[in-house]
Amino acid sequence: MTDVAIAAPVAGRSFWGDAWARLKSNKAAMISLFYLALMAIVCVVGPYFVPHTYTTIYADYVRTAPSFSAYPKADMIESALRDAVKRMRVDVDEWHQDGDRVFVTVEASKPVDERSARYLDRSDTFHDTRIENKSDDGRKLTMSAAVKQQYFLFGTDNTGRDLLSRTLMAGRVSLAIGLLAGIVAVAIGVIYGATAGFIGGKTDEVMMRIVDVLYSLPFIFFVIMLVVFFGRNFVLMFLAVGAVLWLDMARIVRGQALSIRRQEYVQAAEALGVTRGGILVRHIVPNLLGVVVIYMTLLVPQVIILESFLSFLGLGVQEPMTSWGVLISTGAKNIGTANWLLLFPAFFLVSTLFALNFVGDGLRDALDPKDR
Amino acid sequence: MMLKSFLKATVFAVGVSMASGAMLTPSLADMIYNRGMAAEPESLDPHKTSTVYEAHVLRDLFQGLVMQDEKANLIPGAAESWTVSDDGTVYTFKLRSNGVWSDGSPVTAEDFVYAFQRLEDPATAAEYASMLYPVVNAEEVNNGKAKPEEMGVKAIDANTFQVTLKAPTPYFLEMLTHQAAYPVSKASMDKLGADWVKPGKLVSNGAYTLAEWVPNDHIKLAKNPKFWDADTVKVDVVNYIMTEDRSSAMKRFEAGEMDSYDDLPTEQLADLKAKFGDQIRVGPYLGTYYFAIKTDKEPWNNPELRNAISMAIDRDFIAEKVWQNSMLPGYSLVPPGIEGYTPAMETFSDDSQIDREDKAKEILAKLGYGPDKPLKMEIRYNTSENHKNTAVAIQEQLKPLGIEVSMLNTDTKTHYSFLQQKGDYDVARAGWIADYKDPETFLGIARKASGNNYSNYDSKPFEEAMDKAAAAGGKPEERMKDLAAAERILMDDVGVIPILYYSYHNIVSPKLHGFDDNVMDVHPSRFISKD
Amino acid sequence: MLLYVFRRLLTAIPTLFVIVTLAFFLIRVAPGGPFNQERGLSPVIQANLEAQFGLNDPLWRQYLNYLNNLLHGSFGPSYNMPDFTVGELFAKGLPISIQIGTSALILALLLGSTLGVIAALNQNRKTDYGVIALATAGSTIPTFVIAPIIQLVFGLSWKLLPIGGWGDGALINKVGPVLTLALPQIAIVARLMRGSMIESLRSHHIRTARALGLSEWSVVVKHAVRGAILPIVSYAGPTAAALLTGSIIVETIFAIPGVGRYFVEAALNRDYTLVMGTVVMIAVFTILFNLIVDVLYAFVDPRVRYD
Repeated sequence: MTDVAIAAPVAGRSFWGDAWARLKSNKAAMISLFYLALMAIVCVVGPYFVPHTYTTIYADYVRTAPSFSAYPKADMIESALRDAVKRMRVDVDEWHQDGDRVFVTVEASKPVDERSARYLDRSDTFHDTRIENKSDDGRKLTMSAAVKQQYFLFGTDNTGRDLLSRTLMAGRVSLAIGLLAGIVAVAIGVIYGATAGFIGGKTDEVMMRIVDVLYSLPFIFFVIMLVVFFGRNFVLMFLAVGAVLWLDMARIVRGQALSIRRQEYVQAAEALGVTRGGILVRHIVPNLLGVVVIYMTLLVPQVIILESFLSFLGLGVQEPMTSWGVLISTGAKNIGTANWLLLFPAFFLVSTLFALNFVGDGLRDALDPKDR
Repeated sequence: MMLKSFLKATVFAVGVSMASGAMLTPSLADMIYNRGMAAEPESLDPHKTSTVYEAHVLRDLFQGLVMQDEKANLIPGAAESWTVSDDGTVYTFKLRSNGVWSDGSPVTAEDFVYAFQRLEDPATAAEYASMLYPVVNAEEVNNGKAKPEEMGVKAIDANTFQVTLKAPTPYFLEMLTHQAAYPVSKASMDKLGADWVKPGKLVSNGAYTLAEWVPNDHIKLAKNPKFWDADTVKVDVVNYIMTEDRSSAMKRFEAGEMDSYDDLPTEQLADLKAKFGDQIRVGPYLGTYYFAIKTDKEPWNNPELRNAISMAIDRDFIAEKVWQNSMLPGYSLVPPGIEGYTPAMETFSDDSQIDREDKAKEILAKLGYGPDKPLKMEIRYNTSENHKNTAVAIQEQLKPLGIEVSMLNTDTKTHYSFLQQKGDYDVARAGWIADYKDPETFLGIARKASGNNYSNYDSKPFEEAMDKAAAAGGKPEERMKDLAAAERILMDDVGVIPILYYSYHNIVSPKLHGFDDNVMDVHPSRFISKD
Repeated sequence: MLLYVFRRLLTAIPTLFVIVTLAFFLIRVAPGGPFNQERGLSPVIQANLEAQFGLNDPLWRQYLNYLNNLLHGSFGPSYNMPDFTVGELFAKGLPISIQIGTSALILALLLGSTLGVIAALNQNRKTDYGVIALATAGSTIPTFVIAPIIQLVFGLSWKLLPIGGWGDGALINKVGPVLTLALPQIAIVARLMRGSMIESLRSHHIRTARALGLSEWSVVVKHAVRGAILPIVSYAGPTAAALLTGSIIVETIFAIPGVGRYFVEAALNRDYTLVMGTVVMIAVFTILFNLIVDVLYAFVDPRVRYD
């Protein structure tokens, strides 16, 4: 007997197994995939770790710039103190800071109501207010309050809400809408377009005319009506958005299908007697995937921008909920005066979309059947 | 190599398709005023107007019987003098003998008779027809129940125009400054038909004529040499430049493309003030920003509850932080600024905010609301950055009281049509700007019959007080007191929740003179000059 | 081919009819009408207004009136700007939008395709990454961010461009809007072209051409590009229609009096006649450009036959 090493059983590689292997070897795509996963986790879980909620308004910190060091800054303490005392309708005799507590003596023509010390507490700059001293006629009052340290890493918006927590919450909304609307648009668009392009002839014409009709109808009215009939619903958003974007996808897919249909392997399959459905699924669709994937990665930014446009018109996510698109459109209006309002959400959005693009490219490379 | 030829082709193609049109070369001797405006006028037919943007342009084009100067004071316009009968119902106007239309024909009393009748004619479908309702039979004509000839307007002779009112109306002359009361040239309308409003054809009797109108771009007015006071008019050309995007407008102003602009992105006000200093003009304007609250729906039909909600709102914060001091805290429906009238403020307006909130908490507890039984409230508002921020701020302010606020933002048309059809809502944001300087324009919206009564406020004592004030038309001082008493009832009942008083926001280049701040925000171009 | 074009134009008529009908009834379902505003109107005045515009007629009669007017070439007066007819508003605004849109389209197609081809030829090298990075940035940054930045940098800081306005068609007023419109399109076209070019370069007939010893230039330009151009053509159709009918964002921020703003404003104002005008315009443009695109398919890819 010859000493022939028994060859390992040859396992056939499936189309998808092949694709996955190729994707894994594409460094940029894998890094991007990891980044996207990280972004998703940060947006979903992050808000629980940020000490601010996305709705709390900080009256003292409207439109404040981002900072790694704590607020209030030294020069803000006096103005915050005077603001609070003004609400009490008294005059400030003197004030000084001792460590992390501030002492202030106020005076009025009538006895000062002790309850008004609460004004100091209500200020976002102070807490733990105590009455230190009160003159006998009650007209002079000395109070002390601890200075409350807050961090606003991304600054605050025009209403005084922490931008970091809002950006993360917005991420949840935008990612969800982008993903869901994108999938909806792709699913409908690919099936519709591939069918039209493949079958060709009269069916193709009719189907494309339907696309023309839908394309021309005024989108805004369609959205207004969805809002009227279905009320304020998050699901509604991506329904409206997906309903518009599948049209473009169908068009592009149909164009590709028209040319693929004439390829030799399709004709070969037809000759072999494969059913139309079979050809569609096993030959047309996989060959479309390249262009579809590329276009899908272009679609997601369009989804997010379209969603922000709708919110801008009052037809999108309701306050206090927000999305990256809304944050960016507000930020764009404030360029030159409050740049952080634009920079942070824009960075999140752009980096996510960058990652999406690399993943898309990787997918296209991995799924390209001609490389086998 | 291929790249280069491609690029060359690109540049060439783009260049060819872009190269058209010539640069504007204005005549150097003309004084040109580039006047920025935030929205497009809808129509330059004075009887079809509805917004303040038309008012600005029409004020430059036409002259009514009386007009306003740069301080919004009443001055003679097409009429050089007038007399009022003893019972206050008959006004006789003597028109200027040198008043002419821009086509040379004289301005006659017949023109005014025609114009007033046309305003009320149902076929014109004028939105401001109500401006002349005090005139005998005006409302009936508008209703189709009387013929235009039956209206109380008469041309005694070519230069004398007489108006008869149903009852003495002390603010009638103020109402006549409104553009709905401007004359139109019947001769030109007969000749040109629907084209009479077109640029180059519009016949006007004011300081300017209509030279150009490119929709959404600009309206160009040229000085009217035939205007009776043309010698005092210094600006030769007024370019109304429409720029809707407020931030963009600020940049255009800074670049010198506009000499003034009539609105500001108020959320950036602090930064704008730092950059532009005195060029920013903010001051009181006759308008109120309020929340309508459904007074006939559970649980809002309880005035105590309404009062609690009103007390809990921190108006100082909203005015200072949300609107960056471009609006003032409001505690009454009628804003201050009308001579002879003292608005009736909310009962708690002198209390400190802490006191108000404590009281509000007590009331809510008494009514049985608490953490286990929260009060749910929905606030509706129409799309706008500031309305949104205001609603958000109020939502946060009501939270510690145990009120759960949800918000609903719809576009402006949907919002108002919903309100006007008395849809189902709790609280809705609304605003009211004075049409003329009198408290009646504000208090009128709280009357049961008013289409603007979004709160569905229905109070017999209020109606009686308003009727009493109307009957005292001949005695202005007594009438003002009656109106204040009516407002007192309204405020005690919390029929509406006032939040802020409006202010005007203009930005004005120091090169302009004659752009004086006033409570009606009126700045006729004929009183303006530019260095 | 001619027969095909003729047939398509014929089917355009029923398509337009369906579009007009659907749109007509769709827009009247939305709540609110042209005359709802902050200052509510008394019932008398509202009735007068509706009578003037025929809005108190039963819906089917309004529809027939509208069709009748349409066939006589009139879109009716604009409800919210009654001094102008819809036709006049379009006559003034459409040439402006077309000018800006065409420039942007040409720039996008030429520059974008070039960049895409270059990237594909240098796949996975530095040039490729550079183009991808630029293209991604261009397609992810929204126009309402690009526009103010252009205004700030080129307008205020460097004083090269006016901030806004049409300036009666001056060249310099067009630079900002065209750039803003074109940038995202350049990016998208570049990416599409790159992707499809890569596929095309790997295809059999390219390998055959190379094996046959054809010059690289010939291989790339005459064969690969031709094969790759299909998705660009597909994309260009609806994009052309959209670009030529104006962009509301660009027109609002740069204060350009085009027709783009009407698509949204008219809808928000419930200006029914103006909305119908925009619907018809978009429909005509879409049908036209889709036809052009389909005809181009046949030229680009001889395997595509319409029979």
